Formats: sequence, structure tokens, C-alpha cells
Amino acid sequence: MVVPLSETTDTAPPVALPGDGLREQVIDLLRSELGEGLVDTHLIPQTDLWVRVDRSVWRRTAEVLRSAGFDHFCFISAIDWLPSPFGRGEDDPSDPPPERSTEIVQGYAGGETRFQMLARLTDTNRHLGVNIKCDVPTEDVVVDSWVQVFAGANWHERETHEMFGIGFAGHPDLRNMYLPGDFEGYPLRKDFPLLARMVKPWPGIVDVEPMPVADADETSSDETPAVTPDGDQS
Amino acid sequence: MTVLSDRQQLSYIAAQAADARLNVELETEGMTLNIGPQHPATHGTLRIIARLDGEQVVWAEPGCGYMHRGYEKLTEVRTFPQVTSLINRIDWLGSFANEVPFILAAEQLMEIEAPPRAQWIRTILFELSRIANVSLFLGDLGVQMGAITPVFLAFRDREYVLNLIEGATGGRFHPNFDRIGGLKEDLPAGWVAETRQVMRKMRQFCDEIEDLLFGNEIFQSRMRGIGVIPADVARQYGLTGANLRASGVDWDLRRDQSLPMAWDKVDFKVWTHPDGDSFARCWVRLQETREATKIVEQLLDTMPAGPVMAKVPRIIKVPEGEAWVSTENPLGEMGYYVVSKGDLGPFRVKIRSASFNNISVVPWVLKGVYVPDIITILASLYFILGDIDR
Repeated sequence: MVVPLSETTDTAPPVALPGDGLREQVIDLLRSELGEGLVDTHLIPQTDLWVRVDRSVWRRTAEVLRSAGFDHFCFISAIDWLPSPFGRGEDDPSDPPPERSTEIVQGYAGGETRFQMLARLTDTNRHLGVNIKCDVPTEDVVVDSWVQVFAGANWHERETHEMFGIGFAGHPDLRNMYLPGDFEGYPLRKDFPLLARMVKPWPGIVDVEPMPVADADETSSDETPAVTPDGDQS
Repeated sequence: MTVLSDRQQLSYIAAQAADARLNVELETEGMTLNIGPQHPATHGTLRIIARLDGEQVVWAEPGCGYMHRGYEKLTEVRTFPQVTSLINRIDWLGSFANEVPFILAAEQLMEIEAPPRAQWIRTILFELSRIANVSLFLGDLGVQMGAITPVFLAFRDREYVLNLIEGATGGRFHPNFDRIGGLKEDLPAGWVAETRQVMRKMRQFCDEIEDLLFGNEIFQSRMRGIGVIPADVARQYGLTGANLRASGVDWDLRRDQSLPMAWDKVDFKVWTHPDGDSFARCWVRLQETREATKIVEQLLDTMPAGPVMAKVPRIIKVPEGEAWVSTENPLGEMGYYVVSKGDLGPFRVKIRSASFNNISVVPWVLKGVYVPDIITILASLYFILGDIDR
């Protein structure tokens, strides 16, 4: 049976889902529990919630949220906000290196430092999640460990330590998970070059350019064609 | 009766005493058992280091990283449409399901939505990859306990599902079929009727496996009450999928969040089990496979007509922003945290894969179990190596 398109595309007018009220409750709770520790929040209606906390209350945030029902641990990671000095690896190595911006611009809920912690907790009863961020100063790249609050943070913090070089005070065992023990450098930092791209630029980058034959009649019109921009067409 | 000389008697006593001393020393020191990196029970190259006291494990630690491919770094040098061919390879038994959350995150940032028919086909292919993935798990389960037959049944019947996926996408294992704004192509002619047939076959397969394995006495005695994970431990370690539901937590992202997919248009049951043991985890997966076949059939019944691709610009630039989208993949919650700077490619992608969290509970759950149970517990937790190491 084929249902006509009109029956499925009719959408009801947007109504405020209960999720947004709950998200605001979470912000209020964190504000009352952490006080100055809650630096900034960002709420996208009906989508998600971001909070940024001070480094001094990083573990306390986990404790507060856990006792408020966010007892399902999702992940811990970090973001390096430095724009990559190597771009997307598309430069020809024989050309002189192009000028790139080194301005650090943080994302949702702001930030002041190059490194930011990023974690997510879920409330499985109220079907809600919260993203938690925390600034980590470059001169002292250490935050408190969450292992005492969520045992599952153990491996995530090991991975973050290995990939970003962020230390975790109170972590029982910060060994490398993936790399050899004597590996130097932190691969997911933006200033760590992806060597494969350094020696040879990625040929696939040209795939995003329009195919000459298919576009003969479309390039004249201003309208953007509704075709798939897949990378593997040939 | 032999008569021993004094000298023979003394040497005999000395030898016995030396043996006894040796045994005492062995007992006090314990033993370290290395399972893997190359071991059939590890489905790839996972290494389990277990310290034993007699037959019991006193400490265990998985060693990962033999298959780390650095996808998070590689996504930073790819454009958005190119990323799907990478992330296909994370959970290689359910590849299509890997593509969906990333594409949804990019669509969320671009504020576009796939047309209804594309949402329907996405959901169908998603559930088909679940069936293909979990049916292999069900067959493989027997092998871990010495039963060879189920794995042949699983490989035979999974082939039908893989043929369907190949028919629609062109790829058996790595479809690379999902696009920002919809799908690469519409379904081929005759595909819907064939899918209905295969879904009936897969339900028969589930019945077969239930008779062969789940009703088997050896299976039950090896699985029941073994490797119990209580609900609060499961939540702490971030277990998801069937592993979490087998501990009695009723949490399924297909039902518990609103995504532009077709799961809210069908009627299905989320199975849970109160026990939290190895048996419960396997049993929940079996029920989920059945449920998935019903989801596919219902979606085939209600599939809307129309295009499968929304209007998107030819060169995709994703606006600045951050998005977290996760879906209920065959192995559990798989999510992508995508940071875009308004560029051709993502600025940073955090891949939250299900197996990484599911396996992080291994040091906890293996403490105190007996050596043969290591294998069954690992099997019941069900991981894919590419999903741990990324």
C-alpha cells in the first residue's frame, strides 16, 4: 500500500515539548548547587542543552547531576579549539605554506581556553541528556577525574589523556590504551600533523567539484541542483 | 613386594617434598593467563589479561588498540559527504546503522530534513543491518560453547539479509548509501516483496535458534546466573543496547527520543530482562531481532511515495554549530558529537561507540568468575573490535 505524500508531510504546529521545561530545571538546579561554578549555558529548544562549568567544580557537577537523575554515563572527551595549522591537508607540499588563522573561537556555551573538556550524561528515566564543558588552561592541563563518580569514566579519561594530553587528578591508572607506552605527542591535538597528508595531499578533495558533463545545463541557473554530492561518483 | 634400600627411600621422600614446595609456590603466586590478541573468542584482536587464583579470575583487563584507525583524526581532513565511507567501518557488521547518526547530525546543523520516503527507507535499512548483525551474534554464541550448528544456520540466513542490503545499496558490508538530505537512490523494483519473504525466513531462523540454543540445557547452565551486571553498575559504565536492557533498564533510543526517522510510526515492543546475566543479554537480543523483522514489515506496509532526496546544495557546507545525535545501533547507543565551523568538513567529531563502553565493564564483571566463563561472558557482552578501537 502506498500512502500519498500529503498524509505524512502534514506536521502539527510546533508545541513546546516537556523536555525544554526539564532542561531549564536542570539549569536552575546547577545554578543553585554550583553558584559561580556554572559559567555559561546554551539551550537549543527541543534539541539539546550545553552547560559550561568552572574547572574547580568539574567533579562536583558530575555528583550533582548524578544525584539529580543523570546516572547514565555517556562519554568524556575533549575539544582542541585551535584551528589546524595544516588546514585540511589539501596543500601541495611543494608550495610555500599558506597563511592560516590562529584565532581560537569556541563553540556553544563559550570558552576562554584552547582545550575544553566535553562530557555527556543521560537521564534514562526522563529521556534527557546534558552536554558538559569545562575550560582547561594550557599551562596546567589537568582536571579532576570522574572515576569516583562514574566508574565508566576510567577508559574515557585514559583515552582523552592519551589523545589530548589532559591530565586527570585522582585517576587510578592513566596508561595508554591505543598507542605504545613511549609514544610522543598527542594525536588529536590540532598541532599534531597527520603525516599521511603531509607527504601527499588528499586527492579526494577534488571530488566536491561539479562533474563537467552533468552540469552543462545546470550551471547557468542560479538554483542549486538537488543532486547527491557524494564523493564516490565517477 | 619390592624392597627399597634406605638410599632409595630417602630420595623418594626428597622428591615428594620438592614437588610439594613447588606446588605451594605456584599457588601463592597465582598465574597470569593471556587470551588473545589472536583468539577465536575475541572476534578479532582483543587481548584479555587475566590473573588467576586456581580456577578463579582475581583481576582482568582487556588490552585494546590493536585495530585503532584514528577515525576521529581522519574525519578532520575529510569533507562531510566523505566521512560516511570511513564511519562505515566502525561496526562492520551493521554498517548502514553507523552512517545514520552522523548524517542526522549534519542535517540537524544544516536544518534540513530528509523527505518521508527517505526516512522510511533509512529506518528499514537500519533495522536490516540490525538483523544481519545480531543474527550472526546468535549463531556465533553456539560456537563459544562448542556447538557448531547454529553458526552455519546464521551464516546461511544472514546471507538473505545481506542480499537485500546489496540489492538496495550495492554494498554487502559497506553500503555508503546515506546522504545528507536523503539517500543515494530509491529502492529497486521487486525489493519490497523479497524483503517480506526474507523477514518471514528470519523469524523462522529466530525460532530455530531459540529451540537449538536457548532451550538447550548446556547453554542454560553455562549462561544463567553467570556474569551478572546490576542496573546501577550498567548505568555507571554507560552500557547501552541489549546489555543495558538485560539489566532491567527500559531505555531504547528508537522509542525514547524524537529523530526524523520512522520508528515513531510503528508499533514495537522494547524487551527487557530483570536478571542481568549472560543469558538475559542473549535472550534480549533474540527478541530484538524478531521485533526488528516486525518493524520492517510495518514500515513496508506504510511506506510513503515521493522523492528520496531533499534539495541540498551541490557543495555541502555545514553551518557553524555543534550537534549530538545518537541512535540505537545493533550494539547499543552510537553517537556522534559533530563540531562544525561552517567549513566543508567537520572541525571535530567525537565518536561515541557502543562497544567501547560495553567492554569497559569487563574488568568489573570478570572479577571472581571461573576461567571457562570468561569466554561466555565476553560473547554475551557482544562487541565488534572496530567499534571498540574506532
